[in-house]
Amino acid sequence: MSISSTELEAAGAPETGALVAATDPRRSVWHTLLRDPSAIACLVYIGLVIVMALAAPLIVKVSGWDPYEFDQTAIDPNLGGIPLGSWGGISAEHWLGVEPQSGRDIFARIVYGARASMLIAVSATALTTVLGVVFGLLAGYFGGRTDMVISRFMEFLMAFPALIFMIAVLSALPADNRQYLLVLVISVFGWPYLARIVRAQTMSLKQREFVEAARASGASRTRLVFTEILPNLRSTILVMVTLAVPGYIGTEAGLSFLGVGVVPPTPSWGQMISSSVSWYSVVPTYFLVPGTFLALLVLSFMVLGDRVRSAVDPGGR
Amino acid sequence: MARYLVHRVFGMLVVLFLVSLFTYMVFFLLAPDPAVQICGKTCTPERIDQIRANLSLDDPFLVQFLHFLQGLFLGRDYGTGASAVHCSAPCLGYSFQSAQSVTDMIVQRLPVTAVVAIGAAVLWLLAGVVGGLISAVREGRFTDKFITSLTLGGMSVPNYVLALVLQYVFVVWLQWLPFPQAVPFADDPAQWFLNFILPWTVLAVGYASSYTRLTRANVIDTLGENFVRTARAKGLRPDLVWRRHALRPALTPIVTIAGMDFAGLLGGALITESVFGINGVGKLAADSITKNDQPVIMAVTLLAAFFVVVGNMAVDLLYSAIDPRVRVGAAS
Repeated sequence: MSISSTELEAAGAPETGALVAATDPRRSVWHTLLRDPSAIACLVYIGLVIVMALAAPLIVKVSGWDPYEFDQTAIDPNLGGIPLGSWGGISAEHWLGVEPQSGRDIFARIVYGARASMLIAVSATALTTVLGVVFGLLAGYFGGRTDMVISRFMEFLMAFPALIFMIAVLSALPADNRQYLLVLVISVFGWPYLARIVRAQTMSLKQREFVEAARASGASRTRLVFTEILPNLRSTILVMVTLAVPGYIGTEAGLSFLGVGVVPPTPSWGQMISSSVSWYSVVPTYFLVPGTFLALLVLSFMVLGDRVRSAVDPGGR
Repeated sequence: MARYLVHRVFGMLVVLFLVSLFTYMVFFLLAPDPAVQICGKTCTPERIDQIRANLSLDDPFLVQFLHFLQGLFLGRDYGTGASAVHCSAPCLGYSFQSAQSVTDMIVQRLPVTAVVAIGAAVLWLLAGVVGGLISAVREGRFTDKFITSLTLGGMSVPNYVLALVLQYVFVVWLQWLPFPQAVPFADDPAQWFLNFILPWTVLAVGYASSYTRLTRANVIDTLGENFVRTARAKGLRPDLVWRRHALRPALTPIVTIAGMDFAGLLGGALITESVFGINGVGKLAADSITKNDQPVIMAVTLLAAFFVVVGNMAVDLLYSAIDPRVRVGAAS
């Protein structure tokens, strides 16, 4: 094992920062975030999208249109079904305009689309985190053959052209239960990136005195892994999770954009953008609305991830 | 060194073999029957049987897979007797949709994808390294903060949204660029170049943003090193300190990542190529997926995996060439 000392150093660096904040890491992260205006703005927007996703049926009742309802009066059949009025048919009736051709309400579809995006991204993140942490801990703690098998498997998964393969698999599988399949496929290709980092940190943590002390005092293996090593990985996992969510939101939207994601008529932001491609020059609001919502959501999570990282690890970048 | 190379090439072949086995298996098990698909609407059971026999779809899984590998390395024959068609190595089969040779289809489209990838890589490397260097030198000041927020924005905009926005602004609204259409380079080089500006930019933005951040972090790291202090103390001009002493060591990890990203792009930029209607490998992949054209999907998956694996290896070798501290032989 002549893995360069730089790797161990790099792995060890964040955790010294975590130890400084270890008095009560959760509270101090919150405190730092709540003093930062841009982090607050991001939290507010993310909260808004979550509320939209959770309360979609209620919100749609207030706005008056169902996401699946066709409104022939809002479009002009003589012009190929482009929305009546400027700005894609934005009016008091349809807050964000209507879809060309069908006249479905874009606001309602955005609200329901938030459901698909958040649900898939959050579940995929949860599954990836569990897989990544478990396999990373196993490989890092036990080393030897276990490590070799897991590491080779991770290398194999990372060499896979994930996007093409995801699309190929999703297009070959039947379209019912697409949501679950999406989560599964995204997670299968996503966990090695977290596991790799958890593994490296575990390897350096298990050499530390406090772990040795626990081992000498007769702690069981499970106890060592779960109460000595895992708590020290908390900040790493927190940062990785906040950065994983925007990645998966983008992946879901991308897959829906390519036609293998959420199945129509269920709306998703990526799919809305996809169907707006043929209209982009005539009805620009049709892609601008979901595009803005999507880009802002990803941006919010990115900025938040960035801030969380500097909150848990003030020295690093 | 030689032992290391043999080791790496062997490992590479294993990964490629596993990728092809896995992909083949997924399609064998999950996809709808290709014979029914090829047969079309006016179909009789006899015709289906004939197609199945011609494509040897009745063989067990492993036999079919071995035939596929045989075709790849030695060439193979389809059908029997007078109707037999020989497909010479590297044979990737025939498209279920157009009956074209898949190898030909890929050979036709690979140069287009290469043009897209090379142009984008040049752009993102330039923007990323220069942006990162400026940001690092001005650490904590307005320029740095501005560049850093730009990169966050650049990383968050999904590339298809960016593609649509740019296309709307520059083609429809301002009309600075012509409506994209395929023009051969020899006919009209200017038009050809203009067509690629938007795809290059769209692809480059995301990468450029992360490269800027990486360069910035690395340069700030090296600026704190002793040899930089020495260089400053001996009175070297600041721009020389930045260029020669700070940037050079900071570039090594950039080269690594650039190699891998570039290799990944050679497998096809699915979304960008589809949005801009560029006939590269990525669009081929996207099209074949919507039409469920299995031989083509199989081929593009393998091709992409091939580039990723070869890119990884090339980068490792290159790394030891630029950074004398890394000796490949000792690493494993």
